[in-house]
Amino acid sequence: MSGQTVRLEVARQGAGTAEGGARDVFDVPYDERTSVLDALQWVKDHADPTLTFRWSCKMAVCGSCGVMVNGRPVLGCETFVRGYRTTGLVVEPLAHAAVLRDLVVDTDTFVGKLAAVKPWQLPVPTMPDGAVQLPLVSAEPAPRGGQDASHPDPAPGPGEDGLRAVGPASGSVQSPGELAAFKGFAECIDCMLCYAACPQLEVAPDFLGPAVVATARRWDEDSRDDGELDRADLLDTEFGVWPCIQVGACTQVCPKGVDPARALRDAQRVATETWESRQTRTDTPR
Amino acid sequence: MSPLRVEHADVVVVGGGAAGLSAALAVAEAAATAPAGRAPVVALVSKVYPMRSHTVAAEGGAAGVVGDDDSLEQHVADTVAGGAGLCEVGAVRFVVERAAGELWRLERWGMPWSRFDDGQVAVRRFGGMTRPRTWFAADKTGFHLLHTLFQTSLRYAGDDGPIRRYDEHHVLDLVLSADPGDPDAQVRGVVVHDQHRGEPLLIAASAVVLATGGTARAWGTSTNAGIVTGDGTAMAMRAGVALRDAEFLQFHPTGLPGSGILLTEAVRGEGGVLLDANGLRYLADYGLGPETPVGEPVPRQMELGPRDKLSQAFWQADRDGRTIPTADGGVVHLDLRHLGRERIAERLPLVAGLAKRFAGVDPALEPVPVRPTAHYTMGGIRTDARGATALPGLFAAGECASTGLHGANRLGSNSLVETLVVGRAAGESALARAREAGPLGLGRGGSGGHGGAAGAGAGVGPASVDADLVDRAAEVAGGYLAMRGRGSEPPAEIRAELGRVLDADAGIYRDADGLARALAAVEGLRERYADVRVTDTGAVLNTDWATTVELGATLVVAHAAVAAALARTESRGAHQRLDHPGTDTIPVHSLATLASSGSLHITHEPVGSPSRQEEDA
Repeated sequence: MSGQTVRLEVARQGAGTAEGGARDVFDVPYDERTSVLDALQWVKDHADPTLTFRWSCKMAVCGSCGVMVNGRPVLGCETFVRGYRTTGLVVEPLAHAAVLRDLVVDTDTFVGKLAAVKPWQLPVPTMPDGAVQLPLVSAEPAPRGGQDASHPDPAPGPGEDGLRAVGPASGSVQSPGELAAFKGFAECIDCMLCYAACPQLEVAPDFLGPAVVATARRWDEDSRDDGELDRADLLDTEFGVWPCIQVGACTQVCPKGVDPARALRDAQRVATETWESRQTRTDTPR
Repeated sequence: MSPLRVEHADVVVVGGGAAGLSAALAVAEAAATAPAGRAPVVALVSKVYPMRSHTVAAEGGAAGVVGDDDSLEQHVADTVAGGAGLCEVGAVRFVVERAAGELWRLERWGMPWSRFDDGQVAVRRFGGMTRPRTWFAADKTGFHLLHTLFQTSLRYAGDDGPIRRYDEHHVLDLVLSADPGDPDAQVRGVVVHDQHRGEPLLIAASAVVLATGGTARAWGTSTNAGIVTGDGTAMAMRAGVALRDAEFLQFHPTGLPGSGILLTEAVRGEGGVLLDANGLRYLADYGLGPETPVGEPVPRQMELGPRDKLSQAFWQADRDGRTIPTADGGVVHLDLRHLGRERIAERLPLVAGLAKRFAGVDPALEPVPVRPTAHYTMGGIRTDARGATALPGLFAAGECASTGLHGANRLGSNSLVETLVVGRAAGESALARAREAGPLGLGRGGSGGHGGAAGAGAGVGPASVDADLVDRAAEVAGGYLAMRGRGSEPPAEIRAELGRVLDADAGIYRDADGLARALAAVEGLRERYADVRVTDTGAVLNTDWATTVELGATLVVAHAAVAAALARTESRGAHQRLDHPGTDTIPVHSLATLASSGSLHITHEPVGSPSRQEEDA
């Protein structure tokens, strides 16, 4: 650290207290690489061990460390303090979620909403068990032949004690284009920043919300999945996709470029387009 | 003593990463086909939420043989060659045979594997593998694997589902039927702290699967997440189970300086090269040549050599003054500019983002500074290929376990597939054990809904479990809870000092002087820890206390790693002794055991010893 400090104001809220509002202020040393999470950890290690916040991977993929910094939802690990050296930072728990303690918010509600849209493959795949033949696929085309043909260690042939492949024998064919159709939605890290940003969660707290609808669409758009009508029944409800009024704040704050606003737009369209066919469905929802 | 909340499960899984979820899913699938009223229940206990687990950070891929130009035999041969004499061949065969099957299972569950143009699952090259057999999802394989498993598990986690999740529940210890070391000792459950309610509980079960990950976070510069603290490993040791090969710690050759953030080996598999301060491909001068053309990687040469060799080459280049000095020590350059922006975006989007965000470098325009960083714990709780330990009812899977797959050096992409194969096998084994051992003399608790983290509804009163067991569990919980508001040694200082000690003296190359210094230091830190200060006296989400409990586990496992390293007077795989450069003719495993006094003992056993033999026999 180079001796400079930044003013860090942190919201404090005891476990079990309904009202927040308390603030503690710390002068935190920083350099050009100090993240908001580093600053919080400095407080915990050097000033107040009771400061409570979540973190884990420190590389913006586990989704644990979402907080509000000066009113904007961000991941603490990839937000750098240097950008706030003149203004200082006010760090608060993510908006639109119950505070459990200090910067830790309720996540059970989010996981419950996630489970409600059946974020798994439909229909549930069957898998033949037991010994099977080696699956054959075309291997990587380009580098074959050439130097790879002279294997440095020729494989020992299967003797009497030969190895046998065990387990499911194959999967689906999915073109790179089919993969690309849903891959963007599959990048969601469940960090809940989009819930904090969404103004509609203010007025409709039961709204399934951007990330959950994006995940539902991730499965709908997967060429291996056939659950779109089932999920449309779950999404086409008062607090399913309809609270969304396309403000687009979710997409703006998403740290992974997921574009939940598009997912919501698509889901609203699918809900409308499939309404009639869903009324006359003969197969039972799964 | 205040009565302890008691809940029941057939199987308890500790840890919600890929191994834990695989174990839980195996039990859940068995439940689907069980006779009515006999469906098993699995308690999935995570100190975070499962989708936060460190599996999320795995980047490169998972190995499984597909295609007619590869063979299971070759995958076994590559793994055994990488393991430098310490692989248990039976475990290697077990995993290799099931590898592709489990990857296909993930495919059917919706895993977004990257694809070739013809729509088949793509495979890439990986260090130490002689064929392209690493399945991947761009450079976020672990992330997609974890989310696919977690979302699939939600199907089984409804009100009456077989999976009962205990999210943000911190497992404090195992509960046994008798003292550790007693030949009659069996697993009876786990003592857990519910971080939301702020109270301890006993989850009684006759089978427990530990899936708590590794311990590489003990090192100061590490790719590992904050939660990777060796909790399960320490629990197993306290229960009398041996920690095997703890001295084998993999240093990943390409981490970002300072933060230690991982840049996957897939960067090199895709053609990235390593350059010294003068822009030369220095690996050729340290036994990894001959130099291969830029952008045309060749298995097991140059940048695709085994990880241990690459990290060792860095250390030597650093000593030879060929690295670029920075505040975080010497660095070399990982250059992928020749791949072009498009390929980087398609195959390595995470790496590109990490380099930009955390190093301020656009890898399409500039080389990325890197240096080795502590990454993977090859050793672990001693188990057989199916995850069974020597203690009846205790199983382990994933990085916390030592099945013998990795030996002295893990090949990249073998560990993700191990989480799936051994996780599943451990779940199945644990369920078989639970059925054999019976429901601990009780009826099925919890007809009501469980509903996740609140843990409501599953419990029956303490009276239905052996009172001694509840007393013992309450005593364990009481001991941990009593740490609050006591002590004088700041945990942050102990943690930081541990990281410095291990970085300095238990790194890529070791010697007797340094290891003796590290051993004395770690012993000193354990003494200081006995008086560790927990300032926060709160019951709910007391992270000061929880991370201090974790630190206790980390210290024990780090102690074992250093002591085992000192006791291994040879160089093998990831364990390189400057004072003992040769490799012994007969390879032996190290075993670290913990006496009830807390003292540590290191012994050795031959490779291929019966996997269920009693330790300390």
